[in-house]
Amino acid sequence: MSDGASGGLSRRGLLGLAGAGVAGLGLGVGGDRAVIAVAASATAPSPATDVYPFYQEHQAGILTPAQDRLHFAAFDVSAGTTRAGLIELLQDWTVAAAAMAAGRDIGDFGAVSGPYDAPPEDTGEALDLPASGLTITFGFGPSLFEDADGVDRFGIRARRPDELTELPHFPGDMLEPGRSGGDLCIQACADDPQVAVHAIRNLSRIAFGRAVIRWSQLGFGRTSSTSTSQATPRNLFGFKDGTSNIKAEEPGAADAHVWVGAGGGPAWLAGGSYLVARRIRMTIETWDRSILREQEAVFGRDKGEGAPLSGGTEFTAPDFAITGRGDLPLIGAAAHVRLAHPTRNAGIRMLRRGYNFVDGTDALGRLDAGLFFISFQSTPENFTAVQLNLARHDALNEYIRHVGSALFAVPPGAARGSYVGAALFA
Amino acid sequence: MRARLLPLTAASAFGLLALTGCVANTPADSARAALTVDSSTDACTVSAQDAPAGTLSFSITNSGDQVTEFYLLAEDGLRIVGEAENIGPGLTRDLVVQLAEGEYVTACKPGMTGDGIGKAGFTVTASDQVVAVDDDLQAQIETANVNYASYVRDQVAQLVTGTDTFAAAYVAGDFDTARGLYASTRSHWERVETVAESFGDLDPQLDLREADLEEGQDWTGWHAIEKDLWPADAEPGFAAYPAEERQRLAGLLVQDTATLNEKVQTLSFTLSQQTNGAIGLLDEVATGKVTGEEEFWSHTDLWDFQANVDGAAVLYAGVRDILVAKDAALADSLDAEFAALQTLLDAQRVGDGFTLYTDLSPEEIKALADQVNALGEPLNQLTSTLVL
Repeated sequence: MSDGASGGLSRRGLLGLAGAGVAGLGLGVGGDRAVIAVAASATAPSPATDVYPFYQEHQAGILTPAQDRLHFAAFDVSAGTTRAGLIELLQDWTVAAAAMAAGRDIGDFGAVSGPYDAPPEDTGEALDLPASGLTITFGFGPSLFEDADGVDRFGIRARRPDELTELPHFPGDMLEPGRSGGDLCIQACADDPQVAVHAIRNLSRIAFGRAVIRWSQLGFGRTSSTSTSQATPRNLFGFKDGTSNIKAEEPGAADAHVWVGAGGGPAWLAGGSYLVARRIRMTIETWDRSILREQEAVFGRDKGEGAPLSGGTEFTAPDFAITGRGDLPLIGAAAHVRLAHPTRNAGIRMLRRGYNFVDGTDALGRLDAGLFFISFQSTPENFTAVQLNLARHDALNEYIRHVGSALFAVPPGAARGSYVGAALFA
Repeated sequence: MRARLLPLTAASAFGLLALTGCVANTPADSARAALTVDSSTDACTVSAQDAPAGTLSFSITNSGDQVTEFYLLAEDGLRIVGEAENIGPGLTRDLVVQLAEGEYVTACKPGMTGDGIGKAGFTVTASDQVVAVDDDLQAQIETANVNYASYVRDQVAQLVTGTDTFAAAYVAGDFDTARGLYASTRSHWERVETVAESFGDLDPQLDLREADLEEGQDWTGWHAIEKDLWPADAEPGFAAYPAEERQRLAGLLVQDTATLNEKVQTLSFTLSQQTNGAIGLLDEVATGKVTGEEEFWSHTDLWDFQANVDGAAVLYAGVRDILVAKDAALADSLDAEFAALQTLLDAQRVGDGFTLYTDLSPEEIKALADQVNALGEPLNQLTSTLVL
């Protein structure tokens, strides 16, 4: 293994693997917020006290029950950063992410215990807050392997999986460059928005000089459930969408549809996945005044319960053959549930993990709102196949437009003492 | 008159509040009677056999195992006063109707065939709510339907003529003439856009924007030609189309427009197709024109804007008499909002055309967008107000 996993301090001296090891004891290093919070609320467990281990076989934040809040950031690696510099950044990020996921401040001294004449290592806005189920998930974009000028900046071009290329242009795409692409990504999810923002803020601070945020997105309400223990939430159209999402409890589903198998790509990506992010703007005002009949026809579901229009309750399988008046199917040919359904996409499923967003209003006074779609799949071709089907035919296209897009390869989880993506540089 | 501009939920919430302060059996003005209907395999059970005149809501649950319908019929058991169709097994749907004093019949139709089952009398008793009964309604609707069909045929006929002239100039390389005809010819398309869009392949062949293409798809129609006529904003390296490509695009444009013309000859319309058509036209304005996305190369979006509004205004004018009888306040509101939007558009007139979208100030664009929303809200009440 390269110098990356040696456990040494980074050149900034800001973070160290040693610090993380000591902090694991929960004594004297930084503020162990999780321990404090768990103790304080021992009688009333709540999602806020959830702590998900960072060092796992697969990265957390994928099959983890979807938290309520998101801060997602795409980064560009700065010009001049070398391969060794990139590795060092990933090591620093790994250590900091592990600390924050455990509910601790970053650094040896944290937010308030350091030298009085030095800037605090941790920015401090998560002091007194529990871990809040924070997960931090890292990904590598196509441009990390080969930039727009065809340069192999980090000596990893030969390791780029064939599937890791820019997604194709889909009909209706109105992508903005400033909301698309990126060399690296970090998805921070938590049940407290301040905890998620704290994570991205500190990780981007660590990256200064080595990588900068290209774009970022806040999400405030999960739009899918990744566990049978969660109720299906509603998107900003007021509908339950993603009812048939992959759930952590489904045996074999993640292996079949989410994780890259041992023989399914380069060895460094085995146990990883592909993350697709799409910023989907909703034309809220037009939708809001559309009649209920239209709204339900567009989704193919009943708005109140989320049941398919073919009948039953939310989790009843849609019956695409059943017809009503005029022998027309109750779930129309262009209905979203029909076009997105695995049975209409050669059995393709993906794990959706999107969030609602409202970023104020646009120049026309309209809500800048929509769905920040995130999906994880074993190959991006699965997303492309389903999205092409939707982009061509979906009745929902009248009310949405895709304005941002990015694809990242998500490496497997890091082993303790190593760092995220180590196998790529081995 | 009920407070029409309030959304239904707000109106009913107000009703509940009012009720709590009243004696239980004297509903306030804005209260509506809520009934439930259980449509099972062999029965059609309504929770009450009578209700006071005014706004009534029937919440129909399909407890059977087939798709069902619920009908509210006139006393003769034949004329449909209200209906809820396509209710899947296990689903519940609401039917909201305004009923005048009188005798009615309720029935369900599980399986959606036959005469229906569980026919039962339903009495609407007198109340202080006035519900207009207009025996001429059906004749007025028939007239509106016929008139709109002839409007569509007329617009498409003008589109055919204009397209032929435009295509000839384009093929001949007379770009100045073609540019001069582009927006005004397209206005005939935009006036009936929601109708034209209903023909599966014709709409993408004629009106697809470049962003709507999928990779490798052949780009034809108005906007492909538009880019060649106004290449100023095209990507670096964009080359003017050779003569044979102009010939091909112009030929397809003429041919597809002629096909459209054939298809509209036999069209007929229902009332809901008209009211929803007006809504659809304004949606087109809200999503494509007011944002400057439709005419990406020529920036003649305001011509399309005006044409969409023309089309919506024609649809509205066709049903306005019916609306006045049913809900004069909604008609007043629509009259005012249409006029306000037209005032804003008129302010941008230049000669026999309009200001280019790129020459509008952000404030002017926002004012237009705001007025589209102001018109859109009452306009989208048309279907529920007019259609049974």
